[in-house]
Amino acid sequence: MMAPAVVLLLGWMLVPLTMTLFFSFKKYLPLRGGDLGWVGFENYVRFVSSSSFWPAVGTTLLIVGGVLVITVLLGIALALLLDQPIWGQGIVRILVIAPFFVMPTVSGLVWKNMFMDPVNGFFAHIWRLFGAEPIQWLSHASMPSLVMIISWQWLPFATLILLTAIQSMDFEQLEAAEMDGARPVGRFWFITLPHLARAITVVILIQTIFLLSIFAEIFVTTAGAFGTKTLTYLIFQRVLESQNVGLGSAGGVYAIILANIVAVFLLRIVGKNLDA
Amino acid sequence: MKQIQLTQVSKRFGDVEVIPPLDLEIEDGEFVVFVGPSGCGKSTLLRLIAGLEDVTSGAVIINGEDATGIPPARRSLAMVFQSYALYPHMSVRKNIAFPLRMAGLDKAEQNRRVEDAANVLNLTEYLDRRPGQLSGGQRQRVAIGRAIVREPTAFLFDEPLSNLDAALRVGMRLEISELHKRLATTMIYVTHDQVEAMTMADKIVVLQLGVIEQIGSPLELYRNPQNIFVAGFIGSPRMNLLEGSEAAAHNAHTIGIRPEHISISTDKGDWEGVVGVTEHLGSDTFFHVSCPAFANPLTVRAGGDVDLSYGTKIFLTPDKAHLHRFDDKGLRLT
Amino acid sequence: MARATSNRQKLITSIIAWAAAIVIFFPILWIIVLSFKAEGDAIRTPLGVLTSSWTLDSYAVVQDRSDYLKHFFNSVIVAVGSTLLGILVAVPAAWSMAFVPSKRTRGILMWMLSTKMLPAVGVLYPIYLLFIQLGILDSRTGLVIVLMLINLPIIVWMLYTYFREIPAEILEAARMDGAGMRAELLYVLTPMAIPGIASTMLLNVILAWNEAFWTLNLTAAKAAPLTAFIASYSSPEGLFYAKLSAASVMAIAPILVMGWFSQKQLVRGLTFGAVK
Repeated sequence: MMAPAVVLLLGWMLVPLTMTLFFSFKKYLPLRGGDLGWVGFENYVRFVSSSSFWPAVGTTLLIVGGVLVITVLLGIALALLLDQPIWGQGIVRILVIAPFFVMPTVSGLVWKNMFMDPVNGFFAHIWRLFGAEPIQWLSHASMPSLVMIISWQWLPFATLILLTAIQSMDFEQLEAAEMDGARPVGRFWFITLPHLARAITVVILIQTIFLLSIFAEIFVTTAGAFGTKTLTYLIFQRVLESQNVGLGSAGGVYAIILANIVAVFLLRIVGKNLDA
Repeated sequence: MKQIQLTQVSKRFGDVEVIPPLDLEIEDGEFVVFVGPSGCGKSTLLRLIAGLEDVTSGAVIINGEDATGIPPARRSLAMVFQSYALYPHMSVRKNIAFPLRMAGLDKAEQNRRVEDAANVLNLTEYLDRRPGQLSGGQRQRVAIGRAIVREPTAFLFDEPLSNLDAALRVGMRLEISELHKRLATTMIYVTHDQVEAMTMADKIVVLQLGVIEQIGSPLELYRNPQNIFVAGFIGSPRMNLLEGSEAAAHNAHTIGIRPEHISISTDKGDWEGVVGVTEHLGSDTFFHVSCPAFANPLTVRAGGDVDLSYGTKIFLTPDKAHLHRFDDKGLRLT
Repeated sequence: MARATSNRQKLITSIIAWAAAIVIFFPILWIIVLSFKAEGDAIRTPLGVLTSSWTLDSYAVVQDRSDYLKHFFNSVIVAVGSTLLGILVAVPAAWSMAFVPSKRTRGILMWMLSTKMLPAVGVLYPIYLLFIQLGILDSRTGLVIVLMLINLPIIVWMLYTYFREIPAEILEAARMDGAGMRAELLYVLTPMAIPGIASTMLLNVILAWNEAFWTLNLTAAKAAPLTAFIASYSSPEGLFYAKLSAASVMAIAPILVMGWFSQKQLVRGLTFGAVK
């Protein structure tokens, strides 16, 4: 009874993957002559030696790293806060989680226009209120802006998972630590944080996989301009915009290898949990 | 009449033989308890009878017919599971009626039987609730209700009280015994608790590592344990088992004496000792006495009003008529 | 918490938590406000926006001018269609994994999850090409198939975990009670599995609704769902804040409501059970 699912996924994986591999060894320009024959590893070499490659790697790392740091740190803080007894806990929780359910194109455009627009945006108004010159967010501070937008989207995810992990903690452990004389900071450092270690790892791995393929947010805000071209975006441009399929496919193979390195770690954790 | 008969039944899981070939006969209307430590194969034996596991060899005979290959539902047995296994999405009424519905009884008859069972088990006012809304004891009764409506040849209970707290357990124990007397139907009951076995059973089957150590009535097992395992397992507090020169003096490798068969004196007796921890139960008092002659402290029962402080020097004398003697293989000497 | 906290402490944590929640929720709140303003008012200072008059005009304009409903229905069809199709394929697979596990079950499950981690951009061109060849580029059918495939691992995984929670003793009880295969399936297993199937569908509709890689790259005017429709606002002309806000509110409102009901499933489905 597993057959349909297995066959479908196998097809979904193998057919395009084989094609990507196939194209990556060809000079293939659909709009400029089509299939121009085998070129060996030339595309792979050209992809990494092109002037846009290293900047794209840097941008990718900056986005992934920046978003991870922000979401994990704020996520821990928020999760601890939401675990406390507060009035209107349910509503607070709902408000905090909401950004995750906003579609990426909406969140990109809303931030770009309603908040970061240097003339009419919310921030511009605030800046002018204090007599300051509004910041050209997406052109002059493009990376911090993008990291902020994406962090806003992923913070709820980190918070929700860390909150779930905190709530699964054995409360008696904390009481025991309290009886043993641990102060709140000590209890957080020695009991809560080690308990969260696994959840934090999972958040990091899953977010990394999703963040590596961030697309829509860049597509609608900067379209890759102002140094916001990630590897994913670079490949997209090579394939669909400049229609250099061979080169793009080689990039795609790199992306697949990169994602697989992260996936191996994630799957190891998932697999361990499956046995328990 | 022999109602359930196991002949040379054995069970292997892969390379592991959990039950070597064994024979067992259960009479009509008997309350039989399988008792033993965890992992002794008692639940497996029950599941072999139920048909939830297939026997590796041998035959299960129910009502004179070979039931070995017959599916569980057609063996006319009902089972009460450890987790109760109630259907969470059905009301109590539907849970109890489920086997009747499966048997294709008409609605009126189903209702009549469910009402009867609910009456017997004091569940009438809960019939329209879901299992999730019931307490542990009530769930237990629903599980029993689901079993009795089928009017089966025999009831199988798999550690049914182990999820209840101590007070409820005593109450349910009485209820199940009462039910047995009223229905007079064969019941096979699995437990690791020898108190349940002693208080409920007509016949106890003591198991260890898949092997039947002894079969008998509670008092038979208590008075004449056939080996050290049974002697140590049945009875609470445990029988004192002593080795060494004192045992040799009785021509045995090990001697056993129950706490109530030792008398205490402050001036003379066979064994000298010092009072350790005392447990007052009100009706009885148990002293743990360290004797230089033995490696482990002895447990001694005295009346509820006897009081000896920690460290008091005393003398113990066993009642020779109730001394159990075992050889070096742990078997009873007569 | 097991012990009473002082009201003072609760008040302070409540204020902090509410403040954090409102900051996080603010962008959504702000577009809700803007969506009820006239275009001219929507670009004023925050105070000016709040003090200007309220109107439903933008909603009417979005409806009239941009075929909003068409894109909305595209989203509904794609999200619901891919979910139903996915469930259809996944139920038998998850079923057999949970109830008839073999030595390979674990490996197959892990492999299925690993396909979810394949970066979309790596196979962009092959899929694009296949879609052209099959004539399903910019068609709802094509999107339904792709979204079904990318979410299939999550669907199988979630159903598997739900099915595995059905205790074996219940099935044995049903067998003892005389239920045959058919009755067991009909009266015992299906009713017990339905809540899990419903939760899985809920999460999957959300994920499919917000998917913004394939929906952007595989559609044009005809089959574009809301993600792509909103993206068309990225190069606007004239005043458009109120209209973009109204369109965004309508695009995220249904999913926001569903999302609030799916917090638990979110954790379960997106962490592959690694956090409980």
